[in-house]
Amino acid sequence: MFRTLTRRHLLALAAATGFATAALTGPSAALAADKPFITVASTTSTEASGLFKHLLPAFTARTGIEVRVVAQGTGQALQTAKDGNADVVFVHDKKAELEFVAQGFGVKRQDVMYNDFILAGPKADPAGIKGGKDIVAAMKTIAGKSAPFASRGDDSGTDRAEKRFWKEAGVAPKGDWYRELGAGMGQTLNTAAAMDAYTLSDRGTWLSFTNRQNLEIVVQGDPRLFNQYGVILVNPGRHPTVKAKEGQAFIDWLVSKDGQAAIADYKVGGEQLFFPNAASGS
Amino acid sequence: MGDAFAAALALIAGADETLVEIVLLSLRVTLSALLLACVVGLPLGALLGIVRFPGRGPVVVLINALMGFPPVVAGLLVYLLLSRTGPLGALGLLFTPGAMILAQSILILPIVTSITRQVVEDLWAEYGEQLRSLGSGRLRAVPTLLWDGRHSLVTGVLAGFGRASAEVGAVIIVGGNIAGHTRTMTTAIALETSKGNLALALGLGLILMLLALAINAAAYGAGRAARRSAGL
Repeated sequence: MFRTLTRRHLLALAAATGFATAALTGPSAALAADKPFITVASTTSTEASGLFKHLLPAFTARTGIEVRVVAQGTGQALQTAKDGNADVVFVHDKKAELEFVAQGFGVKRQDVMYNDFILAGPKADPAGIKGGKDIVAAMKTIAGKSAPFASRGDDSGTDRAEKRFWKEAGVAPKGDWYRELGAGMGQTLNTAAAMDAYTLSDRGTWLSFTNRQNLEIVVQGDPRLFNQYGVILVNPGRHPTVKAKEGQAFIDWLVSKDGQAAIADYKVGGEQLFFPNAASGS
Repeated sequence: MGDAFAAALALIAGADETLVEIVLLSLRVTLSALLLACVVGLPLGALLGIVRFPGRGPVVVLINALMGFPPVVAGLLVYLLLSRTGPLGALGLLFTPGAMILAQSILILPIVTSITRQVVEDLWAEYGEQLRSLGSGRLRAVPTLLWDGRHSLVTGVLAGFGRASAEVGAVIIVGGNIAGHTRTMTTAIALETSKGNLALALGLGLILMLLALAINAAAYGAGRAARRSAGL
């Protein structure tokens, strides 16, 4: 009934160890040799809106470079890039982006496209702000009436924009009505819909979001709701592992005529989600 | 719910290419992590089961407690380890399936080790004397006891599989949920939920549960067949 340690056991163990090691390192190493790729740290709004799914195949078909997008909040995406874990960062907080470059983490920041933020809220509109254009006044009213507000609370570009509006409104949002979720854009819209709260969203995510329930746009069109996206090559001087050539090729394509046209092409339900505005545009 | 079933059926019936890719990656990551955890955990657990040394009690308690290691913390630790600024950054493993396998094997290892230790400890209490009388030392008894306890050990291995296949917190941090590269069933479910595609998300969840059911059924069937052929 008992068997002792046999050569067969040892062989099986050795084979299993070998396989496990290969599984851990093999495929990624093989891929790197086969096909050039870059890692882009970007935002949940661009991913959830479906823009990348539309853009990337065109770029890859043209250059043979695969683009791997890690979708995070703008704050986390910039941190990922600072640590050298991405080659390109594509986010929407101009101030933080310029700082990133000034600190030497990035080579150069370029405008790519814009859309705008909208304020979504329940149809019942407990704060009575529907149809307004002034985002700061609307948010002041929400705070004044303690109407439920769902905040991203994740240091993303949208979260930072929201915090700017509260500051301009002279409100320190606090209390039962103000709910910091620490979640991505889509997750926050899900939650806001479930608890009939107001929330700030980028229009791209809003248009492609399918679980709106009672939510609708209550405030839009304020120039302050402008939402600019920028792209930066991570500084290869800081992190030698950065694939500067391939990363720059992606940036050059994004701001080229073709890339800009591809961005303008992307529509959900007939509506354009992002508007190209790169400086070179040629 | 009805929508979710419809979405799941449509995905399966269409043999959706992306879905197949995601399912295969999920299986590859989870099974590799399981194998890695077994290669380390089975002998380690067996040794813990039969070898007595000072401080063994605290070690056993620690490994038992690690069965509840939060996936998101495991993910964060592996992230810091593999980040370009981290100690293993030069490997370039962050945001690859390799990183996900590493994170999941860390999560499963305590489960496999802990259950193996219990099984082997019980067997050793029962047969230890007999084995020693046959001239087998403790170390040489390890493979024997593992082989003898294989039917019970399968449960531990399946528990490890369950933990890994259901896990999202660690793989989304170290894998990055990159489409076509590190997107697994669970991270795809998280993404579809965030897009508000609740029916599709739940449909993917149903498929994941079907997969788990199929693998557990296969393990059960294999165990029964092995017992029958052994005349047990």
